[in-house]
Amino acid sequence: MLDVDKSTPPILFHHGEQFRLEKLPADRSRVIYPAEPLPGLPDPDESIRQALLNPIDDDPLPALLTPGMKLTIAFDDISLPLPSMRKPDIRQRIIEQVLDMAAAAGVDDVHLIAALALHRRMTEAELRHALGDRVYDAFAPHDALYNHDAEDPDGMVELGLTRHDEQVTMNKRAAESDLLIYVNLNIVSMDGGWKSTATGLSGYSGIRHHHNVKTMRESKSFMDRHSSELHHSNWRQGEVIKAHGPRIFQIETTINNNTFGYDGPLHVLQKREWEWTARDRATFVGMQKGLDAMPSSARRKIFQGWKAPYELTSVQAGDVEKVHETTLEHCFAQHLVPVEGQTDVLTFGLPYICPYNVNSVMNPILVMCLGLGYFFNMYRGKPLVREGGVLIMSHPTPWEFHPVHHPSYIDFFEQVLSDTTDPIEIEQKYEKQWAEDEWYIHLYRNSYAYHGVHPFYMWYWGAHALQYLGRVIIVGGDPRSVRRLGFTPASTMQDALEIASDVVGPAPTITHLHNPPILMADVT
Amino acid sequence: MIREELNQTRIAVTGSTGFLGTALVERLLRSAPGCELVLLVRPGRRGAQHRVDRDILRNDAFDRLRTELEEAGGETFDEMCARRVFAVAGDVGTDGLGLDEEGLALLATCDLAIHSAATVSFDSALDDAVEVNLLGPTRVARALQAAAEIRTEATRTGRPPGEPAHLVAVSTCYVAGSRRGRAPEELVDESPFFVDVDWRAEVDNARRARIHNEQESRSPERLQELSKEARRQLGAAGTPALAEKLEQLRQRWVGERMTNAGRARAGSLGFPDAYAFTKALGERALGETRGDVPVSIVRPSIIESALAEPVPGWIRGFRMAEPVIAAYARGLLVEFPGVPEGTVDVIPVDLVVATILAVAARGPEFDDHGNHTPDVVQIASGGANPLKYGQLVDLVQAWFTERPVYDEYNQPISVPDWRFPGRGRVSKQLTRARRALDVGERLLDTLPLRGTQADIGARLEERKEQLERASGYVELYGAYAECEAIYQLDRLYRLWGSLDADDRRDFLMDPVAVDWPTYINEIQLPSTVKQARLKMAPGRKVSVNRADRIRKNVLSPDRQLAVFDLENTLIASNVVASYAWLATRRLDTPDRIRLAAQTIREVPTLLSLDRADRSDFLRYFYKRFDKASVDRLDHDAMEMMSDLLITKSFPDGIRRVREHRRLGHRTLLITGALELVVEPLRPLFDDIVAAEMTSVDGVYTGRLRGVPPTGEVRYQVMVDYAAEHDIDLREAVAYADSSSDLPMLEAVGFPVAVNAETKLASIARKRGWLIEHWSKSAGAPNRVVPIGPRTHRGPVRNRRGSRA
Repeated sequence: MLDVDKSTPPILFHHGEQFRLEKLPADRSRVIYPAEPLPGLPDPDESIRQALLNPIDDDPLPALLTPGMKLTIAFDDISLPLPSMRKPDIRQRIIEQVLDMAAAAGVDDVHLIAALALHRRMTEAELRHALGDRVYDAFAPHDALYNHDAEDPDGMVELGLTRHDEQVTMNKRAAESDLLIYVNLNIVSMDGGWKSTATGLSGYSGIRHHHNVKTMRESKSFMDRHSSELHHSNWRQGEVIKAHGPRIFQIETTINNNTFGYDGPLHVLQKREWEWTARDRATFVGMQKGLDAMPSSARRKIFQGWKAPYELTSVQAGDVEKVHETTLEHCFAQHLVPVEGQTDVLTFGLPYICPYNVNSVMNPILVMCLGLGYFFNMYRGKPLVREGGVLIMSHPTPWEFHPVHHPSYIDFFEQVLSDTTDPIEIEQKYEKQWAEDEWYIHLYRNSYAYHGVHPFYMWYWGAHALQYLGRVIIVGGDPRSVRRLGFTPASTMQDALEIASDVVGPAPTITHLHNPPILMADVT
Repeated sequence: MIREELNQTRIAVTGSTGFLGTALVERLLRSAPGCELVLLVRPGRRGAQHRVDRDILRNDAFDRLRTELEEAGGETFDEMCARRVFAVAGDVGTDGLGLDEEGLALLATCDLAIHSAATVSFDSALDDAVEVNLLGPTRVARALQAAAEIRTEATRTGRPPGEPAHLVAVSTCYVAGSRRGRAPEELVDESPFFVDVDWRAEVDNARRARIHNEQESRSPERLQELSKEARRQLGAAGTPALAEKLEQLRQRWVGERMTNAGRARAGSLGFPDAYAFTKALGERALGETRGDVPVSIVRPSIIESALAEPVPGWIRGFRMAEPVIAAYARGLLVEFPGVPEGTVDVIPVDLVVATILAVAARGPEFDDHGNHTPDVVQIASGGANPLKYGQLVDLVQAWFTERPVYDEYNQPISVPDWRFPGRGRVSKQLTRARRALDVGERLLDTLPLRGTQADIGARLEERKEQLERASGYVELYGAYAECEAIYQLDRLYRLWGSLDADDRRDFLMDPVAVDWPTYINEIQLPSTVKQARLKMAPGRKVSVNRADRIRKNVLSPDRQLAVFDLENTLIASNVVASYAWLATRRLDTPDRIRLAAQTIREVPTLLSLDRADRSDFLRYFYKRFDKASVDRLDHDAMEMMSDLLITKSFPDGIRRVREHRRLGHRTLLITGALELVVEPLRPLFDDIVAAEMTSVDGVYTGRLRGVPPTGEVRYQVMVDYAAEHDIDLREAVAYADSSSDLPMLEAVGFPVAVNAETKLASIARKRGWLIEHWSKSAGAPNRVVPIGPRTHRGPVRNRRGSRA
């Protein structure tokens, strides 16, 4: 945490695939920085082996593996981690060891499923990156490695209803397995626990019970599992899975904040501005100028090509709930930053990536979701900004969509948001039509498209913030798309603060959330 | 006096569907309530009576009379017409007027004939002008003679059998030819300036010129040239469409040749155009052939909107001055030739009607020995009350400066200062501008432009057309605007002097009574604005409004079918790209490069084949799929849907297909692409018709099962489909991007040009079709070369087993 005074240098704002340096008003602004990366485990493979052999509240993995059994390994999809990590991916490290143990136990009916719920299918290249060529070539040609398909009429089963009458559905192969191993990559505290299986291997009929406006408005925040209605609902579904579903062996992992590297071209993004050396400054200015001169497609290519040098900080396996509690401890150890008191104006710079545009385009709906969904909810206790306060985000917000990945987003933007931005109205008026649309379903199943209903979930993700905030301003965004989102466009931070003063008065307190690398505010 | 003279008569009128003719009929019906009219009209398909009812009596000229009768109670307008107006089928362009026995008998009951039929268009073909203007009066006179001979009892006014009716023939002041100074009211052959030619020889030559040009237009060389032009305009639109276009062009070519022939011949004899020339010879011929028919000739100058009768400003059709003034107000005509001191000789139509009626009431003139020679009365303004060209220009400019016309962007158009240049300079300027646009258009034609860019081409073309129209005016009317002849009105004034006070009040024919500034400002220009539908107020954006309106129609629940083309209509891709993608998917890197290079090398050949005939091109191209595995290609096609088709799709287009489906319209994709390529798009449409490739033992043969659905085949497929599903094509919508789809677009009630290439864009604009500009999603990955991402996946199995 840094209190801004007259000598504070301009602060870095992520701005999509570009950056802005903004001078924040002295004496009433503060900057919350992420923690330094925690040290990684020295021998990740050995730590994984130990976790599998010494699980929490469960038998060692080899003891669970028997010849002739039906084994399914589900793993997190392309939305994790962000950005994608350097090879070998943690999923590859874990799955290779699990497969070795299974082979040693004589298990030969093994399926690997990308647990993508209603996300887009992973491409061959993406699967190869996450699992390694060895695993891919051994399983994919025999159709034993594939993407979850929530719309396969023969591929899903109903497991029952929760005590709140929520349906629980699951991938049929996973549900009918003797053992389901779920391999998690818990980049933030929202991930993992029962959400892995109850959501990741489910479909629209199960997910709609917690992916809705009411639940999201009652999740304060959805990053804080114990105050999150989203998680309570998933945990209730977990009870049903526990009772009627397969036996589950949960593996969760955490990584550190080494997103941009300790050296290399992007390392300066991981340093605090006042610690920048002359060389850092020169590197940054050069990078900024270079990026500004490039066409957006070239910038996108460069950034999407960046593989983060994340290091594994913990791995734990065994019982779903107990494993998850341990995971949360590790997660918070890296992310939590204590903050005292709320602010009038919250600012952040949105980076080029969110969970739904890996190798893709951050379209305006995702800008809303990343800002009002993810970043706004990066708190424990109470929101960083006071109720009725102003959120200022910086992002170019271009009117751009990936036609293959986000076809239903395009229509959502054109047809739904041009009508209303009210989440409740959107949910009531349009959700069903989009969710049951044959063409979107066809594209979800056979192409690489997010499900028809997915843009609605993006909007619901920000529903809590939409209700809570007095105004949302986007700096440097395409005014047309910003207005379509229902927000206020501003060309400079000065203008934005000017506009904000209409809502919060002439000299508001300002807090800048310096994210990424990831941080979560523990607000008291 | 006039009213009384005419009240008992039955009057035959030719040309009653025209401007002057309609005014005459109206005046006679209203002001001489006792007279009866025999209207000679070309019958058209539904008979003479129908034409009289629809084309004459429904004109707004009769509104006044209609109201007066209504207010008076008693007989209605329609009842009155049924009693007093008789329709006779006939044609002044045919010998004997094309009258049947009954028609001739009716003509025999007439005391008076007013011949006002003429081809007034200044650019009519020579032979058309000859048939109507030159031979028309002669034919009418002969018919009157013949009618008198079959008359068995006296007419209503007591004209005995054998005595022909009085013929009042309407001619024009311009028979005097292009000359300066006084032009008196004398017969053409009395003028010292008249070059007397044998009018019969002129008739023969005009007819022969038509035959010659018709023959010439069918020569192989000419047909080849025209066929090239048809192809340039339409592109590979298929044989039937090209044939239709070629025939259109041929007829237009003959027409142009005949117009030029007329203009040239007229010029050689000192006339401004074929109209004046044939009218002059017509007077001459009438004098020679009239027999016993007593003749009076009335020569108006340029007839313009009414001063007072039936209502101020009344006009029928778009007359001579209107298009010129409209073009000027639109900023199109920057310069119009003429000398400011020159006289623009216009005369309001009601003054002309009054003159004709006064001449008719007076009857034919006889000398003291009882001999008749035809007499001439001129009705013009130049002699007594000249409107100077400079004054007219000042009035028009002031008027439009105060009330500007708005352009399509809602910007007021400021009218240019007229600088009174000579005709030669204006023509030269226009020719230069037109040539520059020509070059621009050629250039655009050769570039593969689409969508908004093609719109530029269409706009250029429109601009060119406007210029062509403007230079047409200059050529046609230039001579009139520069005319410095003064038409004498001695006989007119003698006639005027003989009228009593009532007639002078009711039948104004004194041009001095016209106050030009009032006439121009309060009558002429408001009437022009109305006729030309000039945009006098900045509305909301008209073009957008219009598109929205058509789009709403296109998306009305009443529609039944929406037909789509694929390439460049829904997807920015083509068969070559999909082939390259499929072919490279399983190749090593060096082979991939080799194949891509080879395909690129072939592009010029392929393009020229494609331009010549799309189905030949497809047949030739699809041979490449020979021996390809069916399973593998089908599987790869599903991947290609994402990587090529959806990536390069137009989201607006895809959404439109879905909107049609949601509205309950059937949706049909007709494409020359291979069925296996578009198979993954099946859930988007109700039905798909694509090129089908045959296969033997699990490998494709590279041969097509039938003719690929492009051009007129696509049209046929759509027609068959509509018939099979009991769909009315008038309720169908078709989306396509290329002029080769014209047969299909023309066949439906709601054609939509999507990202149209230059030719289609201009056609669509002209016909008022909906034009959509759909583009790829901003943010779509940019693929320069369509190469399939390499896969190492082994034998292909479709795990899901379904291709939903």
